[in-house]
Amino acid sequence: MTSQTVLFDTPGPRARRRHTLVAVAGGVVLLGVLAWVLSRLAARGNLTPAKWNPFASADTWTEYLLPGLVGTLEAAAISIVLALVLGLLLGMGRLSENRPLRWFCSVFVEFFRSVPVLLMMIFAFNVYAVYQVFDSEQLALAGVVTGLTLYNASVMAELVRAGVGSLPAGQREAGLSIGLTATQTLRSILLPQALTAMLPAIVGQLVVVLKDSALGSIITYVELLAQGQTLGTARANMVPAFIVVAAIFIAINYLLTVLAGRVERRMRRRGHTSAKAAPAAPGQAG
Amino acid sequence: MADLLKQYDVLGAFWMTIVLTVFSAVGSLVIGTVVAVMRVSPVAVLRTMGAGYVNIVRNTPLTLIIVFCNIGLFVNLGLRLADKSSSTFLVDNNIRLAVLGLSVYHAAFVCEALRSGINTVPAGQAEAARSIGLSFGQNICHVVMPQAFRGAVTPLGNTMIALTKNTTVASAIGVAEASGLMKEMIEFSPDQLVLVFLVFALGFVVLTLPMGLLFTTMSRRLAVRR
Repeated sequence: MTSQTVLFDTPGPRARRRHTLVAVAGGVVLLGVLAWVLSRLAARGNLTPAKWNPFASADTWTEYLLPGLVGTLEAAAISIVLALVLGLLLGMGRLSENRPLRWFCSVFVEFFRSVPVLLMMIFAFNVYAVYQVFDSEQLALAGVVTGLTLYNASVMAELVRAGVGSLPAGQREAGLSIGLTATQTLRSILLPQALTAMLPAIVGQLVVVLKDSALGSIITYVELLAQGQTLGTARANMVPAFIVVAAIFIAINYLLTVLAGRVERRMRRRGHTSAKAAPAAPGQAG
Repeated sequence: MADLLKQYDVLGAFWMTIVLTVFSAVGSLVIGTVVAVMRVSPVAVLRTMGAGYVNIVRNTPLTLIIVFCNIGLFVNLGLRLADKSSSTFLVDNNIRLAVLGLSVYHAAFVCEALRSGINTVPAGQAEAARSIGLSFGQNICHVVMPQAFRGAVTPLGNTMIALTKNTTVASAIGVAEASGLMKEMIEFSPDQLVLVFLVFALGFVVLTLPMGLLFTTMSRRLAVRR
């Protein structure tokens, strides 16, 4: 179904009146809910200037929110790079001719795709703590990055596999027929095309990584959500702090989603139709 | 290990994971279906509201939503979802708040899955429905949605599997589910670290693997032959 108008007739005068009525009713319900929320917020004293003034002072940002944001971005950036590298290797492993290697990569990917990220974070954090792999300051970051990397690398590996699988069979055959080995064909012919097709999905995966980095607050990693809660306790403005933190997350992720959509459209224009291997940007709840 | 399993109620923790999953699945399917219908409705205001919901919720971390359900809705704004006089008030309330948060979050993904399902329904179906005089509501109820659900089994399944794994976030507000128990067990017996992790990881594999197989079979059997 391409256009939305297929679902309903072009409204006539009566339908238009009915639609206006429904629109007004919907608007009233929305405004009613908003008014109720605001009145609840006000009743608990969340809308007084005292609760919101801290956001106008510089030290709220320099001491709480910006260090938190840096923590979130740091964990996300390290994880996405590591996940990309590991995911590429795992994806190649799953496509390899070597059966034990293929098996190992398949089991690895399937396992880490079905284990919750939080379990991996808690596990990695405790392993590093018990065996003293990292010094105590880096412990939480290492735990967060490990969990995010293992999960997202598995997702990337599947993207690589799907990307290569969606290429026309002639590409591989052409590579083999000019005397390249299977590995050379994969590396120099199939992967470059698959990776371009994957680009929008990779940007979309960044949104997943950014959101999941908030899990780090559970294992004491200093990131935006944890800093928001610290701020809320320190200034006794928990609800405003949550609202501001949520707004920052939504703004960053929304920009990334828009970027992913733009990359996808641009590639479609340039004729990379194999982009069908890439799912719509943040399509995963993971 | 046998001692550990006797000492801690691992099955009970996984039972809580299942309970959270089932209730949140129902909740997210209901909210998600409503939002999906709003997003394709003829009324522009409803479409904008649906799109706004999806864009806001999808870009917010689940951890933030769940923690807000507790600290924001319950502690600060006084929302109570359980009987205050009952002796298990805090436990029940936290479970219900977690279900609320999980439902609200995953509804956005259910909505997007259903929209992709609607896209698999050929235009001729909706046109035929309109030509025999069905209204938008009848068209959606009797013609488009039944086919859209069947076409959306795979993305819906992926959302439900993600939901199962995401119930672990409920431990952030103290719901006694699998990840919370794992953390506790690791803290009290760090020498069994790897074993404990493998038990819990295996538990989730056992939960999600059959779901994946089930949804794959369902998507094949339910697919509308065209």
